[in-house]
Amino acid sequence: MTQEIAVPAAAELETARAHIESRRMHVISSAVRYFLLAGVGFIMLYPLIWLIGASFKTNSEIFTNPGFIPQEPTIDGYIQGWKTSTPYTFATFFWNTFLIILPKTIGTAISCAAVAYGFARFEFPGKKILFATLIATLLLPNVVTRIPHYLLFRDLGWLDTFLPLWVPSAFAGDAFFVFMLIQFLRAIPRDMEEAARVDGANTLQTLIYIVVPMLAPALISVCLFQFMWTMNDFLGPLIYLSSVDKYPISLALKLSIDTTEAFQWNRILAMSVLALMPALVVFFLAQKYFIEGISTGGVKG
Amino acid sequence: MARLQIRNLEKVYGNAFKAVHGISLDVNDGEFMVLVGPSGCAKSTTLRMIAGLETITGGEVRIGDRIVNNLPPGQRGISMVFQNYALYPHMKVRNNLAFGLKLKRRPKPEIEESTRAVAGILEIDPLLDRLPKQLSGGQAQRVAVGRALIKKPEVFLFDEPLSNLDAKLRASMRVRITDLHKRLKRDGLSSTVVYVTHDQTEAMTMGDRICVMKDGHIMQVADPVTLYNRPENAFVAGFIGSPEMNLLEGTVVANGGLTVALAGQPLSFGPALTDRLKAKDGDAVTVGIRPQHLSIAAQDDDNALEGTVAHVEFMGHEVYLHVDLAGMRLVAVVPSDRYNPADIHDDHIRLTPREEAVHIFDRQTGRNISLPPEA
Repeated sequence: MTQEIAVPAAAELETARAHIESRRMHVISSAVRYFLLAGVGFIMLYPLIWLIGASFKTNSEIFTNPGFIPQEPTIDGYIQGWKTSTPYTFATFFWNTFLIILPKTIGTAISCAAVAYGFARFEFPGKKILFATLIATLLLPNVVTRIPHYLLFRDLGWLDTFLPLWVPSAFAGDAFFVFMLIQFLRAIPRDMEEAARVDGANTLQTLIYIVVPMLAPALISVCLFQFMWTMNDFLGPLIYLSSVDKYPISLALKLSIDTTEAFQWNRILAMSVLALMPALVVFFLAQKYFIEGISTGGVKG
Repeated sequence: MARLQIRNLEKVYGNAFKAVHGISLDVNDGEFMVLVGPSGCAKSTTLRMIAGLETITGGEVRIGDRIVNNLPPGQRGISMVFQNYALYPHMKVRNNLAFGLKLKRRPKPEIEESTRAVAGILEIDPLLDRLPKQLSGGQAQRVAVGRALIKKPEVFLFDEPLSNLDAKLRASMRVRITDLHKRLKRDGLSSTVVYVTHDQTEAMTMGDRICVMKDGHIMQVADPVTLYNRPENAFVAGFIGSPEMNLLEGTVVANGGLTVALAGQPLSFGPALTDRLKAKDGDAVTVGIRPQHLSIAAQDDDNALEGTVAHVEFMGHEVYLHVDLAGMRLVAVVPSDRYNPADIHDDHIRLTPREEAVHIFDRQTGRNISLPPEA
């Protein structure tokens, strides 16, 4: 009798033990995973953290103190850096960047949506060849076209203006964005557009009232990419802009390096931090749409 | 007020595939016309050509007294309900309804008034401020119907509007749409409908007339009763009715009256069928017998088909008998109160058809060669 009872009890104990064991394994594996992730994440972020820390240090401390917490925090770097060694403050350079980014981003969104709509939804003669050309320009290294571009813009008299920096993009010059929107559009059923046509909308009205709102996540991604890439573009402004009063931030950061003999590192670092801010702020604000845009575009395409 | 006329309508796709083979169809003013057929029979293509969403290769489409071949969809005086609703996902129900009127630049009070009226008819008032993704399938379908209704079109086009709904909702939406059609008609509004479906039950219950299509051809256009009782060909006979009509291949062997050999078993018919049949000995025919027209043969009846019962489905008010007839499958529907398991001996059963309801088709052309002259 006692034995009969003992057998199920032992089995129960066994299951309970197995249960505790599996729980412990789960906790350990999670701990290891998170520790690894946190460690790698920290390594990735370290230069950024150091940059922010160092921007509050004095010039001498930057090279003597390897840690990222300043011993004598100062905002001198920010004040001096903002003034720059030119007649212009950094406000001018921020404004210049803004003047390039705004038309470029808006132009990209409009032109790429229109071109992508055309490729994704209409049949027209030469469509295949044109689409192949589009993909070909996607694969073409940027550097190859720098010189022809430069000569073209020189003949147009656009050198030392913002025009070469944004006009190509405003005419759907960025094949990548067009391609991305086409892929996104292909995943959207046509029924809504057909319903709109039955409702009496013409092609343009269908594009504006129906397609663009449905494309919104992808368009936000396009704008964000364009924003960040333009913000970070160094080569473009370097080639086309020669007067200091037209410099965008990316070029202006370099100013502090070559105009003084002894580098004012704290100023450079302080201004780098400021230069990062717009991109960071915009990214965090639009993060949700951004990820939705690339993931849908990628997976369903 | 508009009738829809289709003349020799053709559709050839870019890859030379001919989808629609010169069909002609008249839909009278206020008529509920159902286009029905299996998938790939070009019924949707035909509807989309009427709507203007598909280009017309040949022939003409006339709505009222206008040829609309080259008009954009918005100017054809049609409105359309799509299979997956096709509501604009970013607009509230209210704006979904009003979109068409806004494009026409109607005055605001008129738009509001129409929206309210349509919402009232379809009982979607409480949903007006919701987004499409917050609606259930049935609600979304009602909004889609509302969007068609608000434009007061000359012709309503429905493209399989109920196929995304579950069976119960489908049945109630069916009634709702038929009621709506009657209501429009009563109110003297334009109520010509072309309704596409692959479901013969929908076609039979909703249509004033039904156009059965197959591979881009019209097989028969008639009202539901005629279609059921007087199918012009084997395809229509097999497509209309549930469960499907049994189509058995046989050969005419005259023996006094008419005898047809089915799977080696002779089945003789009396004058009811013989008199109207145009066939001679040796002709290959297809014998069509609806499951409902087969009954369990009396013991002494020699003129019956004998087969093996493969399985028995009890449906409540009736019993479906699946019978194997030397390789040919046969379904018989017997009312439950007349079904007696004792009639099945060793899995064998003897069935006899109701003679006046049997159809005989030419196996080559599929034409019904046993149609009685119209009364």
